[in-house]
Amino acid sequence: MTAAALSPLAGKPRTRWKQPSILPGFPLAMGWTLTYLGLVVVLPLIALILRPWELGLSGVWATLTEPRVLASLRLSFGAAFLAALTNVPLGLLVGWTLTRYEFPGRRIIDAFVDLPFALPTAVAGIALTAIYAPTGPLGAFFLKFGIKTAYTPVGVYIALLFIGLPFVVRTIQPVLQDLDREVEEAAQTLGATNLQRFQLVVLPAVLPALISGFSLAFARAVGEYGSVIFIAGNMPLKSEIAPLLIVIKLEQYDYAGAAAVGLAMLAISFGALLAVNGVQLFLARRGRA
Amino acid sequence: MNPTVRLPGLAPLFLALTLLVLGVLIVFPLGVVFQQAFAKGFAAYLEPLTQPDALAAIRLTLTVAAISVPLNAVFGVAAAWSIARFEFKGKSLLVTFIDLPFSMSPVVSGLVWVLLFGAQGWFGEWLLDHDIKIIFATSGLVLATTLVTLPFVARELIPLMQDQGADEEAAALTLGAGGWTTFWRVTLPNIKWALLYGVLLCNARAMGEFGAVSVVSGSVRGLTTTLPLHVEVLYNDYEFVGAFAAASVLAGLGLVTLVLKTILEWRHSGELSASRRH
Repeated sequence: MTAAALSPLAGKPRTRWKQPSILPGFPLAMGWTLTYLGLVVVLPLIALILRPWELGLSGVWATLTEPRVLASLRLSFGAAFLAALTNVPLGLLVGWTLTRYEFPGRRIIDAFVDLPFALPTAVAGIALTAIYAPTGPLGAFFLKFGIKTAYTPVGVYIALLFIGLPFVVRTIQPVLQDLDREVEEAAQTLGATNLQRFQLVVLPAVLPALISGFSLAFARAVGEYGSVIFIAGNMPLKSEIAPLLIVIKLEQYDYAGAAAVGLAMLAISFGALLAVNGVQLFLARRGRA
Repeated sequence: MNPTVRLPGLAPLFLALTLLVLGVLIVFPLGVVFQQAFAKGFAAYLEPLTQPDALAAIRLTLTVAAISVPLNAVFGVAAAWSIARFEFKGKSLLVTFIDLPFSMSPVVSGLVWVLLFGAQGWFGEWLLDHDIKIIFATSGLVLATTLVTLPFVARELIPLMQDQGADEEAAALTLGAGGWTTFWRVTLPNIKWALLYGVLLCNARAMGEFGAVSVVSGSVRGLTTTLPLHVEVLYNDYEFVGAFAAASVLAGLGLVTLVLKTILEWRHSGELSASRRH
């Protein structure tokens, strides 16, 4: 936008792919960007897209419908969905408290929200396993109620809860901060109860951000590996996540099969992302109407 | 706008619930790492960290990060210069490709390199003929780490440079400064804190990456195990104190990252991309 404004020809319709600018360095910067991106992202991606088809269409289908593969995809996407869904109210609560109230230590607590981003996943994995194993403090607690956590899908869910929380908090915080307080006050003056104010004023404003946070947490959780494999127990058909199945197929030198699972994960994630964008678009249209 | 206490009746409840959620979900696991690491005393904590395998793992982790992080930092600056300073067709597609590694499973980010350079990869035979090892070697670890951490620096710089606009650079150029002079004297000083912020996050992820490197490493103890992989090897051998001791080093790295990141957000919030301003 700014570069365009500097250009003497900005007003004229151009058929060239790049608008002229007085700034130098475009060929070098763009050339390096494209070369690097081509080698590090695009070439590997082409391999991922092409290699499954060495098996033929029926081979890919056979791989993806193996009971073990199906069960792992169901677990990865199901647990990621549930964890991201749980993180929506949890993230809203944490984000609300951290933006709306002033209390000693608020900024320190705020900084801790990012810990799952900063803590290496393998570290989180063994720590969560120590906590939720049958002998661990919380594992023993839940076991009293007959709930096995570690080494079951519940363990997978807990790890994904840990990984996803900062995504929701960090997406809604700026929105809560910018929310026009006067509208809330007006609602209050007009006699709205706390619940009504939340339902009718706050929630509609933060909903798009909540959905974005949900989809970010979901996308991260679907592919998560390090924090999950220790706590999951990795029982075939029961607590095996899809990324682990890729590793297993690679260990058997089934490159095409591994690529098929990887490509399927990417495709389903992409589909989910499109669905989320569709919902966002619908909400935006309804908001404008 | 200063946060003010409203809903006085509910504030303590919300605060208590928030502390409960963050405490159980996030702080508790961090505490457990150190508690387990020191479970058998300080001597037992230090002993596994001074083993040759552990030292080799630390060295390898530092080596991999020392290659991947600068590569992605230079890429981030080049990409931000192209995207934030020029108008061209296909820009949003380019941005999508830069963000793509964030939506890939780390395991897939490792897998793709095996598909290219593994024994049965596209270039596997050629590499074998020329006696070049990528998979199960340091270069494979570097490639996997580079792919996973590629977006970090670019993502910090692009929105910031778009916000800042090109006026200052245009002024410098008009006054007769050369392209590189303008970059070093005008652009770089304007983006240095955001660049540092991106490098910080990129480095934390590079040193802590597990899934992608585990696929390309083959986990040969003392040879291709980075520190996170070393944690796994020890853990699977039931050497729990050693595993948690190694993990505590990584947790320390995470904490230092968090502290530096928070300081940057407080001190230089105006010079970071808008989403980082608290």
